Amino acid sequence: MGTYESKANVGHTVESLDVLQKVPTGIKGFDEITVGGLPRGRTTLVCGSAGSGKTLFALEFLVRGAIDHGEPGVFVAFEETAVELTQSVASLGFDLDDLVARKMLAIDYVHVERSEILETGDYDLNGLFVRLEYAISSVGAKRVVIDSLETLFSALGNEGILRSEFRRLFRWLKDRGVTAIITGERGDGTLTRHGIEEYVSDCVILLEQRVHERVATRYLRVVKYRGTMHGTNEYPFLIHAGGISVVPVTSLGLTHPASDERMSTGVPRLDAMLGGKGIYRGSSVLISGTPGTGKSSLAAHVANSACRRGERCLYFAFEESQGQFVRNMRSIGLDLKPWLDQGRLQFHASRPTLFGLEMHLANMHRLIEAFDPSVVVVDPVTNFAMVATNHEVRAMLMRLVDFLKSRGITAVFTSLTAGGGALEETDVGISSLMDTWLLVQFLEGSGERNRGLYVLKSRGMMHSNQVREFHMGAHGIDLLDVYVGPAGVLTGTARQAQEAKERAEAITRQQEMDRKQRDLARKRAQLEAQILALRAEFEAEEQEVLANLDQDKRRELNLSRDREQMARLRQADPSRQQNGGSAG
Amino acid sequence: MTSPLDGISRDVTSEIWELRLYVAGQTRKSLLALGNLRRLCEEHLAGKYHIEIVDLLQHPQLAEGDQILAIPTLVRRLPEPIRKIIGDLSNTERVLVGLDIRPH
Repeated sequence: MGTYESKANVGHTVESLDVLQKVPTGIKGFDEITVGGLPRGRTTLVCGSAGSGKTLFALEFLVRGAIDHGEPGVFVAFEETAVELTQSVASLGFDLDDLVARKMLAIDYVHVERSEILETGDYDLNGLFVRLEYAISSVGAKRVVIDSLETLFSALGNEGILRSEFRRLFRWLKDRGVTAIITGERGDGTLTRHGIEEYVSDCVILLEQRVHERVATRYLRVVKYRGTMHGTNEYPFLIHAGGISVVPVTSLGLTHPASDERMSTGVPRLDAMLGGKGIYRGSSVLISGTPGTGKSSLAAHVANSACRRGERCLYFAFEESQGQFVRNMRSIGLDLKPWLDQGRLQFHASRPTLFGLEMHLANMHRLIEAFDPSVVVVDPVTNFAMVATNHEVRAMLMRLVDFLKSRGITAVFTSLTAGGGALEETDVGISSLMDTWLLVQFLEGSGERNRGLYVLKSRGMMHSNQVREFHMGAHGIDLLDVYVGPAGVLTGTARQAQEAKERAEAITRQQEMDRKQRDLARKRAQLEAQILALRAEFEAEEQEVLANLDQDKRRELNLSRDREQMARLRQADPSRQQNGGSAG
Repeated sequence: MTSPLDGISRDVTSEIWELRLYVAGQTRKSLLALGNLRRLCEEHLAGKYHIEIVDLLQHPQLAEGDQILAIPTLVRRLPEPIRKIIGDLSNTERVLVGLDIRPH
């Protein structure tokens, strides 16, 4: 049973009986567009012009039903014999003989040739009913395909009988409870040449093939689907080795989970610019730049670091072959060969013009689903403009990004921007789909071109606003600081010259400072010496003064002693002499 | 347009006509067709014909062999080539043309 039914039952347990039940076709992408598949127990008309894939669509519905859903089927073929049918789908991996042998499929080839048949009066198509009934009961069929009923209009002449019999047939199929597909050839201005869409009221699907720029693309559209929501757009589809793949335009909503995990880009300095931890896992990264700026090399670093962590990486190259790419990366020190040998890196190189845009997209889907990588590189996306308009490329990228995000795969896209133009402008269309946008640009000056890398945006993280010089050497990519000064941004030799000049100036400045310091020390020493000399001089003077004072004192003492002696000699009154001495 | 020589080149009298009528149950159309066929054979092929009636409701697997789609279908198995006539055989003129029987 399809997932749709269980989902519907969860939400509407009471109404579940009234809700239109659906049968998964098993055709990739189709069940998503129709939210479950074809209406159960009803007849669906699949119409389209010759070669649009009607028969294959119907047949895959039966094959998938038999193999994946255990529902046997009946194929009533008006145009091809069982043998022809079996042969034509063997290349798609459908083994009809095996299904027939296992009673999961009955093929009834109905051959009608107008020249062999003569009409003589009233008839009905009971023979067809009998055969259908017989085939259905022989395998217990739940699914029926009639391809294509309209052949009868050319084989039998009586349109009145045919129309009433067709009406009876559709009612009969409904009563039998089988889910049926009938195919019809596209008519002029009508869905089918004989207007049998008027009998089919439940579901009508239109297949078309259109050519743009000489590249053919198949489209599928659900014209009508009564009683249910469905995608109304034209969905591209392709027929490949595994059957039909319809590519839903978007994943029908922005519901993918966002990872908090960060992963390295393989360039440490770039990780540092991206908030120090690199890009978010499952995010989309756009690397844009003019030719030769190293976009592929940068992408290869991301791939290399993923492989080194033991993850798988799928690389879609639209400019270089695998051999050329491996050789070129080796020249900058990246050896991708071991990863290729170990199966961690898968390389798919093709020219964009090989087939249409949708084919590319469906092809990528298929390879991604088969390889289940953690990192996908598309190098470059701009080449798709060769096979489609910018609008189509943008729509395709949106679908690819949505698909990758829903699977948590980190995507790296490179984008070639035309030289000379406004670089950022040309990428605006696709940049809005991207979480991280790196721009690698040539910075010209003083006779050389050097690469500068900017982080134009990076959602959900603090990122550097600085320009870094993007240098590719023998050991991979390195990011260097650029010189930003009054003379502008300097890179390469100009930066080196500027740096040398700055170094010289710095040395001169240092020397000057040293000299000044030495001067100061000397001055201080001089001053201190002077101070010492002055102090010595002062001290000498002081001693001299003190010595003189002492002499004076002693002389004074001698004088007074002399006076006393003289007084004693004159025999003067000692007390009076004493008083007079103290007063004097 | 048939040339006068056609009647001569075919020796009607020496052949056995093997006719098979496919029906699906006893419907009005089937009975009508069978009645028309018997009358026609008696008129033009008396004693030289053999009619087999196949009811697909009982033998549905037989429908594939003669590529039967419309009911009723009359198949002229012999003389060769095989010819198919569908309908209730009410248009005698067309049945005779279809079976390639010259009216006497």
